[in-house]
Amino acid sequence: MLRAGDRASTRTLLRVAVVTAIVAAAAILAAVVALGLGEMRVSAVDVVRALISDAGAAVETVVVQWRLPRVLLGLVFGLALGLSGAIFQSLTRNPLGSPDVIGFDSGAYTGAVLSIIAVGGTALVIPSALAGGIATALAVYLLAYRRGVHGFRLIVVGIAITALLGSVNTYLLLKAELWQAQMAAIWGAGSLNGLDWSDARNGVAVVGVLLVPLLWLGRRLRMLELGDDAAAALGVRVEPVRLALVVVGVALSAVVTALAGPITFVALVAPQLARRITRAPGVQLVPSAATGALLLVTCDAFALNVPPQALPVGLITVVLGGAYLVWLLIVQSRKEMR
Amino acid sequence: MTTQSPTAATAADDIAAPDRRRRRLLGLVAAAAALLVLVALSLVFGSRPLPIGDVLEALRTDNGDPHTIVVGQRLPRTALAVVVGIALAVAGALMQGLTRNPLADPGLLGVSAGAALGMVAVVRLAPAAGDLLQVWAAFAGAVITACAVFLIGSAGGRGRSPVTLVLAGVALGAVLQGIASTIVLLNADAFLTMRSWQAGSVADLGWSTLATIAPFIGAGLVLAAVAARGLNAVALGDDLATALGGNQWLTRIAVVGAVTLLCGSATAAVGVVWFLGMMVPHAARWITGPDQRWILAYSCLLGPALMVAADVLGRVVVIPDEIPAGIVTAVIGAPVLIMLVRRTKASGL
Repeated sequence: MLRAGDRASTRTLLRVAVVTAIVAAAAILAAVVALGLGEMRVSAVDVVRALISDAGAAVETVVVQWRLPRVLLGLVFGLALGLSGAIFQSLTRNPLGSPDVIGFDSGAYTGAVLSIIAVGGTALVIPSALAGGIATALAVYLLAYRRGVHGFRLIVVGIAITALLGSVNTYLLLKAELWQAQMAAIWGAGSLNGLDWSDARNGVAVVGVLLVPLLWLGRRLRMLELGDDAAAALGVRVEPVRLALVVVGVALSAVVTALAGPITFVALVAPQLARRITRAPGVQLVPSAATGALLLVTCDAFALNVPPQALPVGLITVVLGGAYLVWLLIVQSRKEMR
Repeated sequence: MTTQSPTAATAADDIAAPDRRRRRLLGLVAAAAALLVLVALSLVFGSRPLPIGDVLEALRTDNGDPHTIVVGQRLPRTALAVVVGIALAVAGALMQGLTRNPLADPGLLGVSAGAALGMVAVVRLAPAAGDLLQVWAAFAGAVITACAVFLIGSAGGRGRSPVTLVLAGVALGAVLQGIASTIVLLNADAFLTMRSWQAGSVADLGWSTLATIAPFIGAGLVLAAVAARGLNAVALGDDLATALGGNQWLTRIAVVGAVTLLCGSATAAVGVVWFLGMMVPHAARWITGPDQRWILAYSCLLGPALMVAADVLGRVVVIPDEIPAGIVTAVIGAPVLIMLVRRTKASGL
């Protein structure tokens, strides 16, 4: 019996590894294609040549100087959002417990709008967005807390607070000067437009630093999924580990929101898709990260190149992610009926 | 439960019926009085305070500035707030009755977002089109969303939680809102128009807006009145409702039609107003009990009262500035929603 179980779990592991490798390869392929798209089309071969050796000054400038920071951030932010979503969905034991659902994004937006109006520029957007997001997530968590946090209560409280902050934001934008309002609206839609190499260096560095503790926390997250008591029996110090996971999860989402604005639904959808394609039980960190990267890079390339005018990628993810959520709910309720 | 309890309950009901009916009627009169007081306040208060004598005189004759302010500005916005309040409260009550979901609300379930998308599409594609075409576009958006949300909601099995429907509505609303934002961001004129329209303000809209939507809201209210009795049967559950006779499908179609007309025209006039359609039927049910006809009657008075109150509040809180009424209802409504879900069980229908 034991041996059969071992063989099954080895097979699962193998499948997860293979699927993850395929998704990661697809993400890199999408990135290479994205690097070639735009006003000046560059073939995939030239893109690769520009990246590893040299392909002429013009191609080098366009691909490496202009397009690479954006595409790199698309990959890294997608990875961060996928991880953040996976952590939260695992901790809340709810497929909908992602940072955007529990009000983090709308709080970050309120913080950003306030700072744009008060300071008159984008100087303090990053710290105020972080403060707004973290305060809101905390408020939602506390308001939903009543002898433990029940998933459904967390989500509805998140929806209520999101609606409340949404109308506060609308009011703030009404009172702002038109240029401030437009600046805030574009930031609020979530976009990788206008991010350059200094943003890319910061973003990649912060996400890289956050990945280090996850190497240690990932295994423990798995154990927490077995239940607090079982995890404690396996030697996990439950509360400190959970707190550390929350901090890392919020920080991963926060760095994306701070640099690019709220890009919603990637954190919600990536872990779900990863789970479906790997067909493995529980939340999978690495597959979620790969799926998030693939999703965001593809959506950003679409937003940049397909519409007549470049759109914020957040609008694409909201439409795709929302549609996916509706579909998921229909499938779920069909299952219940049977 | 013993076998005698149904008959005993009916007997007790018969004895209590005239009493309860009188109490309900008294409550209705009180609600009407409250609405009248709020309407009066709405005419008196504003960024420029006027003595009551001037207000009364302005209503009768042209006495210069007060006449312009009261009859030209405050009267039409108050009338619009009343009509929009009725429309959204009745739409909310119908949705809660049909879905048997205490959290149903035109804003929360995405029906308003559907109407908004219809409007935006018309503003973008045919900028010269009149108000009436925009209203029809709002209907188209509202009816498609309402049907989609109800279909998702009714697809669930027996023990489904009210949350599935809310989540479906919120997700659908997010998608529609995202598409609308895309259209708006691609067009600077539309951005400027939408910015004020999204906030749910009744200010600066004249009698013409009211005249455009009034016939549709009237038709919606007639449909709602027709559907009310059927909704009582729906509340008993599908099997029992079928056993009692009456055409379930006709009731459903009438409700979807009424919600579309009411919610579509309210959204077309003032934009998305959150939570009013959720809060008012709750208050009504709390006063009257589960009879849909009474809930609808109370919603017709409490809805406009809340909307007018929100408008007045928005006017006096930040003189000489204004907070749009829709924002005030969101700020009041969000804590109410949180309170509802924090109770051990969301109030049943």
